[in-house]
Amino acid sequence: MKLPDKQCAIEDAVGEIKDGDTVMIGGFGVPGTPMTLIRALVAHGARGLTLVKNDANEPGMGLDHLLENGQVARLITTHLGLNSHAIALMNAGEIDVEFNAQGILAERIRAGGAGIGAILSDIGIGTELAEGKQIVELGGKAHVVEPALRADVALVHADRADTFGNLAYAATARNFNPLMAMAARCVIAEAEQVLPLGGLAADDVHTPGVFVDHVTELAEISEEYAVVRR
Amino acid sequence: MVARAAREIAPGMVVNLGIGLPTKVVNHLPSDFPVCLHTENGLAGIGPSLSPELADRNLIDAGGAYVSTVPGSAFFDSATSFAIVRSGRLDLTMLGAFEVSAGGDLANWKIPGKFSPGVGGGIELAQKARRVVVLTTHTDRAGNPKLRQDCSLPLTARGCVSRIYTDMAVIDVSESGFSLVETAEGVSTADVIAATGAPLAVPATPLPTF
Repeated sequence: MKLPDKQCAIEDAVGEIKDGDTVMIGGFGVPGTPMTLIRALVAHGARGLTLVKNDANEPGMGLDHLLENGQVARLITTHLGLNSHAIALMNAGEIDVEFNAQGILAERIRAGGAGIGAILSDIGIGTELAEGKQIVELGGKAHVVEPALRADVALVHADRADTFGNLAYAATARNFNPLMAMAARCVIAEAEQVLPLGGLAADDVHTPGVFVDHVTELAEISEEYAVVRR
Repeated sequence: MVARAAREIAPGMVVNLGIGLPTKVVNHLPSDFPVCLHTENGLAGIGPSLSPELADRNLIDAGGAYVSTVPGSAFFDSATSFAIVRSGRLDLTMLGAFEVSAGGDLANWKIPGKFSPGVGGGIELAQKARRVVVLTTHTDRAGNPKLRQDCSLPLTARGCVSRIYTDMAVIDVSESGFSLVETAEGVSTADVIAATGAPLAVPATPLPTF
């Protein structure tokens, strides 16, 4: 038996994305952000998107290209502090922003990927972050119901992959990528290197290929990953 | 004050240092000090910051600074990172503040109408670290006390702060409110009382300075 080959041209992979879709995008700051897939989604042009990403990168980088191109209706995120453009769009009412506590966003995505309907947590109880949310009592203590998150498409960035879509991430570029790679109907991975089957040892796989629909090797590494001087 | 706050870190701890002033605490620890520094974006065992020439583009801390690993470091995903925080594995976190109340409430994420970039990981750090200490200037830029009877800004977490390190003093939050522990060199008890927006208990015995 031989595991199927899921390699695919990047344009064909993002071609499945439709207007109004929910799209998860990996990354925490620059590391792990699928810069090339984002550019391909800009070229594809799908609009009215709901994006799920930890942050909005910085002005003129990563997710910001989708904001600049007017493709985003809604953003589910944790922190926009480094992107003044995203904050301006939010304040002007041009995009709808839902803030989540960072670890709760991660758990909601994990629940979505694990086939679980919601998680319960006491994070935010007694603050405005819990306002308007369903509260249930468990063991004599109030918990917020945090619904699972799933997406139509997830875009992830891996360091190494194989042709079946097994993925391995580098250093802190892991972050939300393995969680999002489980939580979408269609999972598209860009990888700095796509190895033949067996090139990625079974013990070294971070995301099993069974979760991944398309994998594409990057012809070049986006200049947006370059180390910046602050 | 940063050097004084560094004495908060005991050997063997797992510690998360928030963005801003708290990040500088690490500069006051000996290089062989036995501590595990955690950062929200998925690393336990943070090593020294690196210059752009030496930086790894895939290795940053939650504040976006290029950092390194140490022998024994581990990388993990964002769910695991906050499992560490929420499950009580984090012994200590040091956070910045806009306001701290006499009951230990912390406000550090939102100024309605002016500043609302999102809460990030701060709420879980504040609510779930085993010990939460705050590093902040004693007053804001306009000279208003940051230590108040009640917070006026949206809260990050209720009743979470144990101790506050400022440029003027070290102050504990107890069941009866703020109490003065130490003063900075050249700062009088009366100065601290005047700059604090809630009653401050002062022990009868002479206070150490830092």
